[in-house]
Amino acid sequence: MSIVRVEDLQKHFAHVAAVDGISFAVAAGQTVALLGGNGAGKTTTISMLLGLLLPSAGRIELFGTDIARDRASVLPRMNFSSPYVDLPHRLSARENLAVFARLYGVRDVAGRIAELTRALDLGPLIDRRTGSLSAGQKTRVALAKALLNRPELLLLDEPTASLDPDTADWVRHYLEVFQRETGAAILLASHNMGEVERLADEVLMMRKGRIVDRGTPDDLIYRFGRQNLEEVFLDIARDRRVGGEAAVPS
Amino acid sequence: MTVSLNRVGAMCLRHYYTMRRSWPRLVEMAYWPTMQMVIWGFLSQFLATNSTYIANAFGVLLAGVMLWDVLFRGQLGFSLSFIEELWSRNLANLYCSPLTPLEHILALIAMAFLRATIGVLPAMLLAIPFYDFSIFGLGVPLLAFFFNLLIMGCALGLMVTAMVLRFGLAAENMAWFLVFLLAPFSCVYYPIEVLPGWAQAFAMALPSTHVFEGMRAVLFDGVFRWDHFSAAVALNGGLVVIGIAIYLFSFSRARKLGLLLQVGE
Repeated sequence: MSIVRVEDLQKHFAHVAAVDGISFAVAAGQTVALLGGNGAGKTTTISMLLGLLLPSAGRIELFGTDIARDRASVLPRMNFSSPYVDLPHRLSARENLAVFARLYGVRDVAGRIAELTRALDLGPLIDRRTGSLSAGQKTRVALAKALLNRPELLLLDEPTASLDPDTADWVRHYLEVFQRETGAAILLASHNMGEVERLADEVLMMRKGRIVDRGTPDDLIYRFGRQNLEEVFLDIARDRRVGGEAAVPS
Repeated sequence: MTVSLNRVGAMCLRHYYTMRRSWPRLVEMAYWPTMQMVIWGFLSQFLATNSTYIANAFGVLLAGVMLWDVLFRGQLGFSLSFIEELWSRNLANLYCSPLTPLEHILALIAMAFLRATIGVLPAMLLAIPFYDFSIFGLGVPLLAFFFNLLIMGCALGLMVTAMVLRFGLAAENMAWFLVFLLAPFSCVYYPIEVLPGWAQAFAMALPSTHVFEGMRAVLFDGVFRWDHFSAAVALNGGLVVIGIAIYLFSFSRARKLGLLLQVGE
């Protein structure tokens, strides 16, 4: 069963189509990546799935529920993390997690925070003010917030942006472990090709609000005749032609 | 629509954590009401010997000052508790959690109550040793005045937050000056008859005017004016409904325009 089912989703701002008729699905235990340059529509798509942004047209079903009709029943089963959103800086990491645990209806708040503190190695920083943490530490706290309710659907917008390679690798590894243990569905928006190659079961290549190609990372690399996903990304971003045909539908 | 008290409590906890970590904020909350009380108290003492109006009820100015601060601090407490989420870029986190707009509003009302109480209680208590005037002498009517002004403050706070949600932090300053636009018409320090005719009609449409008229009736005549009380309650009911409607409209527009992710410092 699909956890996420999106049909002909559109978002227009004035005369600009930020998302232009995309359709895709994400199954339980699957990681799907939205890959595209700036302005491709990745964050807009995730915002619509979260209900933070209303679509201009199309349909979003989460856990079989049309979120235009009933968003409230699906929100406790999902969570998200984004570098564009912060946790209150004046609160300690523990206080922030305690507030969000209650918002998500977590039963054993202290126990769950202790679990995540161990799992995400937050011990030395759990009682520090969130504003005093480094970018990498804040990302780990934000990830802990995103996992508080053991989400069946995790939406991640550039989860390793601004992280050093070591911390980024650590986060990716943790996401792999989390998914293996819980069978959660993950929808990931990223610029990072290595990350997408490593984590994604399916890649949706986006450009100007449309899905211009899709497939497994290996499949895309093979079809474009390239060495890695970054080269495929550049072909698509620059609208290069492969074998005399448009690689990208315009 | 169901309301989860657990989620309302979570939002109150979030602001409690913020206040607990910042004693200057607590001091600031109580500072201005106390300063107002001190200045107006001495002025009242001077006027008591030079004015029959003040002499007839010494506490009328002091009570006005303190109750006015309930309205101002209530509105400010509501608005700032919301604006803090924008400052910390936390709004998207909140609104993709199961927290509903109604639950958020209830939490903001609770915080407005707490902030207004922290703000005006020290001034109310200090007036007793300073001027031998206790606003608690108003008795049960004080509760009626307090809650009517607090609710009016929250209704105005809803309108301010709606504007901030729609126009971003550029509208933040409204939190500081909106209430003062209504001050001349609220008849805090003078009876409504002082106003020109056109202004009296507008003043009568404000819950605060009925509260302050009611306060003077208690202080001067020792009677609780039920007509003013019921008018204040009815007008507040209307104001709250309008405030919630504007907030929800603004929230819906913000979701349409993608503002929930964009608003911030």
